[in-house]
Amino acid sequence: MNAHNPAIVAKGDTLLSIENVSLAFGGVKALSDISFDIRKGEIRAIIGPNGAGKTSMLNVINGFYHPQQGRILFQGRTRAKMRPHEAAAGGIARTFQNVALFRGMSALDNIMAGRTLAMHSNFFWQLLRYGPAMQEEVVHRRRVEEIIDFLEIAAIRKTPVGRLPYGLQKRVELGRALAMEPQLLLLDEPMAGMNLEEKEDMSRFIIDVNHQFGTTIALIEHDMGVVMDLSDRVVVLDYGRKIADGTPTEIMANQKVIDAYLGVAH
Amino acid sequence: MRSNPGEGPFEVAPHPNPLPSKRAFTPVFDGLCGERERTARGAALMDLLYKIFLDPFVQMGAAPDLLVQTLWEGLVAGVLYSLIALGYVLIFKASGVFNFAQGIMVVFSALTLVGLYQLGVPAFLALALTIGVMFVLAFGIERLILRPLVNQPDIILFMATFGLTYLLIGFGELVFGGEPKVMITEALYLPKGAIEFKILGGFVQLQKIDIAAAIIASIMVAGLAVFFQKTRIGRALRAVADSHKAALSVGISLEYIWVVVWFTSGIVALATGIMWGAKSQVDFALEIIALKALPVLILGGFTSIPGAIVGGVIIGVGEKIGEFYWGPLLGSGIESWLAYVIALIFLLFRPQGLFGERIIERI
Repeated sequence: MNAHNPAIVAKGDTLLSIENVSLAFGGVKALSDISFDIRKGEIRAIIGPNGAGKTSMLNVINGFYHPQQGRILFQGRTRAKMRPHEAAAGGIARTFQNVALFRGMSALDNIMAGRTLAMHSNFFWQLLRYGPAMQEEVVHRRRVEEIIDFLEIAAIRKTPVGRLPYGLQKRVELGRALAMEPQLLLLDEPMAGMNLEEKEDMSRFIIDVNHQFGTTIALIEHDMGVVMDLSDRVVVLDYGRKIADGTPTEIMANQKVIDAYLGVAH
Repeated sequence: MRSNPGEGPFEVAPHPNPLPSKRAFTPVFDGLCGERERTARGAALMDLLYKIFLDPFVQMGAAPDLLVQTLWEGLVAGVLYSLIALGYVLIFKASGVFNFAQGIMVVFSALTLVGLYQLGVPAFLALALTIGVMFVLAFGIERLILRPLVNQPDIILFMATFGLTYLLIGFGELVFGGEPKVMITEALYLPKGAIEFKILGGFVQLQKIDIAAAIIASIMVAGLAVFFQKTRIGRALRAVADSHKAALSVGISLEYIWVVVWFTSGIVALATGIMWGAKSQVDFALEIIALKALPVLILGGFTSIPGAIVGGVIIGVGEKIGEFYWGPLLGSGIESWLAYVIALIFLLFRPQGLFGERIIERI
């Protein structure tokens, strides 16, 4: 990935910086004047009540939405208006709130699809499925098998993902994002709809990804226990505005956050 | 309603001199006559049932060589239908667009090939150039039609392919003229003539071009199946078919995939054009055969490559067998609509087609 981005960011430096971003759909303001940063190697949580603009924020980061105002610096450079597949080529991977897998394909193929950007053999070799195309398949298949082992989904690798239970689908989706070997991994509610055991598994995978591969992670999650345990820093949104930013302990003590979550008497 | 005489308002006076009824004169004979009529009617029905349900099979058993011949012709037609259907399936899978222009792409590619040859270009160079033209066409369609219309409802894209159809018809007539052309079978080393062999006490005649068509079509279909199942681009294509946003998030470019898909279905159109052109001739009427692929699509499901293959063979064989054995009952010519009837019957029981994705609705 660094071939695209020669500026290598050291751990602890700012990887992504959001500066005064505003996004509106017609008259609806989804995000107003938001600024925060994500540092290399950290787990950064984005929390907030429903409709606070968390998913919009992720969509802005990975290029599904284009903010009307503000700018985004990724690896120290201002990012031009880009489309999602270009953001992916720049090293940003993500998962979705409602699992977005390729339902007709096996778990293995789904994760292999995550290697698309790393594979370069041309159309005609592919058509023949010979020479470079074949060697490439083998090399990348090995990487994918490592990811499958890491996520403990070896048993279901040939199953069409549409048939898998929800918790496993989420895991395959994480695998597909990991296969991209991203600089920045965006996780949109990775534990939504899971039971306690599945949540524990997923938390463990997220921590392992962060520790073993040093992947920077931005995470949206509603389960406060999970957020406070996992994340290094938390940013809180409410009605499209940033109301707090800090370590989990600071956030838990913040009166504005408590008001936003519990409501406040007027 | 029957009323007694003298009661109702519309009283009819009895005829002063009523004609004697047949019954009054010949009661015995009448009984016999009815019997005979009834027997005759029964016999006619029996005969019809026999003709529908037994006679064709008796014929099949009596002349197995004819049956083999018919099956073979059905198979060849079926494989070619599969090829056309495949062109539709490729585009439908990747972009959700029913490409009305597939038929004209068949004609256009065949015309380009023959046209180039007539200009004095050697046959195989002309073939390569035609493939190049199909690539330019795919690229142009992506740039000028699909990209500006991205995220529009499917019906808009469908209408756009209508426009494309008429554009290609007009452009094709302008460049190549409207008169029918002969496919350059010999220059492409496609075999001519027929081979005959003895089988089951009769002769079966196989046109060499049919054999070549069946082999080439089978290789193409198998090759495409492997391409889509086992390579990066194939995987990316299926990914786009499943979910646009997820495909984008892993870095698959929709534009690239669309060019690949339209190009591939252009090549399929070219192969179809060569084969059908060799069997008849190359002119704009060839566009109609694309509509023959509709029942195949209904049968196989719009999203399934194996469905297109199996559907094509079922329709091809069903059509020929129906025409040959049951056609005479209806005065022949049932081939043109039988395919739609077969498709309709399948549709009643499996609305998603034989291999289509199962329709599951959550409530």
